[in-house]
Amino acid sequence: MKDVVLNNIAKIYNKGTVQAVNDVSFHVNKGELFGLIGPDGAGKTSIFRILTTLLLPDGGTASVNGFDVVKDYKTIRKNVGYMPGRFSLYPDLSVQENLNFFASIFNTSVRENYDLIKDIYIQLESFKDRRAGKLSGGMKQKLALCCALIHRPTVLFLDEPTTGVDVVSRKEFWEMLKRLKQQGITILVSTPYMDEATLCERIALIQNGSIMSIDTPQNIIEQFSENLFAVKSDNMGSLLQDLKNIEIVKSCNAFGAYHHVTFKDDNQEMKEALIRVLEEKQHTNIELNPITATIEDCFIKLMEDKEWTL
Amino acid sequence: MDTVIHTTKLTKRFGSFIAANEITFDVYRGEIFGFLGANGAGKTTAMRMLCGLSKPSSGTAAIAGFDIYKQTEEIKKNIGYMSQKFSLYEDLTVLENIRFFGGIYGLSDKQLKEKSEQLIATLGMKNETKKMVGALPLGWKQKLSFSVAILHEPKIVFLDEPTGGVDPVTRRQFWDLIYEAADNGITVFVTTHYMDEAEYCNRISMMVDGEIKALNTPAKLKQQYSATSMDEVFYELARGAKRSE
Repeated sequence: MKDVVLNNIAKIYNKGTVQAVNDVSFHVNKGELFGLIGPDGAGKTSIFRILTTLLLPDGGTASVNGFDVVKDYKTIRKNVGYMPGRFSLYPDLSVQENLNFFASIFNTSVRENYDLIKDIYIQLESFKDRRAGKLSGGMKQKLALCCALIHRPTVLFLDEPTTGVDVVSRKEFWEMLKRLKQQGITILVSTPYMDEATLCERIALIQNGSIMSIDTPQNIIEQFSENLFAVKSDNMGSLLQDLKNIEIVKSCNAFGAYHHVTFKDDNQEMKEALIRVLEEKQHTNIELNPITATIEDCFIKLMEDKEWTL
Repeated sequence: MDTVIHTTKLTKRFGSFIAANEITFDVYRGEIFGFLGANGAGKTTAMRMLCGLSKPSSGTAAIAGFDIYKQTEEIKKNIGYMSQKFSLYEDLTVLENIRFFGGIYGLSDKQLKEKSEQLIATLGMKNETKKMVGALPLGWKQKLSFSVAILHEPKIVFLDEPTGGVDPVTRRQFWDLIYEAADNGITVFVTTHYMDEAEYCNRISMMVDGEIKALNTPAKLKQQYSATSMDEVFYELARGAKRSE
């Protein structure tokens, strides 16, 4: 069963000048953890706002739990949980007051669904009388998640929950999501961090309002059609410049401690040829190893392929 | 090597809370220095002191040779600053922003004209000069914002999460600009949540609970913590943190 369905959704802003969402179609299965991966301005938030019935699409249709986002907006609002990218709770209410407030407008109580938020709420409990506006960033995020869950939603929409959050807190957040998934909640989450893609069951890579690819992270990586190599030498700065100017190199991107390289002609001799050229250019301690692509490699390639066809 | 940032036991207290606790470090001319730490570790507090915006509680520091207590105006003239949140005026055009910021930093009309032409040519924005900055794609905005931050050829440029949310291709182009600035002798002081970017820095400091817990080259840090990536180094150091933002 499909909990979220989008068919050719479009959204246009500024009197037709900005196409924020362009013919987007995908679905999220019941109980699935689905990631919308892309940079700022890709259209992620517009899609979330359309699905949570806060924004009308300019084209296409979409449904949540089988209900239409335009006609059945009241039903959808009762059933889904939404955590916007910007902190949107009441800053002058305490932690407990916020939670009680959201529970009561959904005609439920904190007690009734406490088991769902228990793991997360325990970390907040010692601050329960503190005003939400006075909480730290990490605590605000946890409270917002509790409030979005308090009515036991069928689908949880999380718009960039980990943006600007450090590596350690990001890891904790994804562990919370895994536990929620085990409770049977369908989750649609967006992120600009490509390394979080592999934590989702399926992902859509989105750029400039269009979906570039939808699949499991594993399949997207397998579809990376070229042999990819990681290159390193003592001077990474000049190595990058040199690689960009070497005839046999097709693409070259900095990836932390290594540069990732593909060749125009995908055969074994290219590897030796490249090492020879780099040695001629006085590079020392050259390392060149075949590697598996990351989601970020795939994203860059899809972006470049798209520009080719334009 | 010329030292452009020199701090000794720099401390900032807010009541009983010690946001930055006796931080001591040097940054050299032309260096790309990564200033990392978990949320709430005290990075922003430390950066505000280094920029002359917040007075330390104790300790000493010289920024571009100027005293952090007495010469804050001189410091401001000799540094550039850019963050993801505040960069340019969205309702001014590209050219107006360049003129405005250049003017504030005291560039002459002649310098302004030369500099803005050069900048626009380098960024390939010739057709965009009369466009409102608000209408530009985020990636362009960030590249423009960085170029404007170094228009007055500061000794140091402070970059606070400059690439947050930027697409992977533009993120790499942005780092090309950083390398170029460093090659021209501008010291780059940068914070980021992308651990691959930590690898591009010459040296990195890691702040945990208000203190600098580690400071070295990425290679040496990985060695020290027997880690294969900066991600692991960060995790190893930050996971023991007691406070979070």
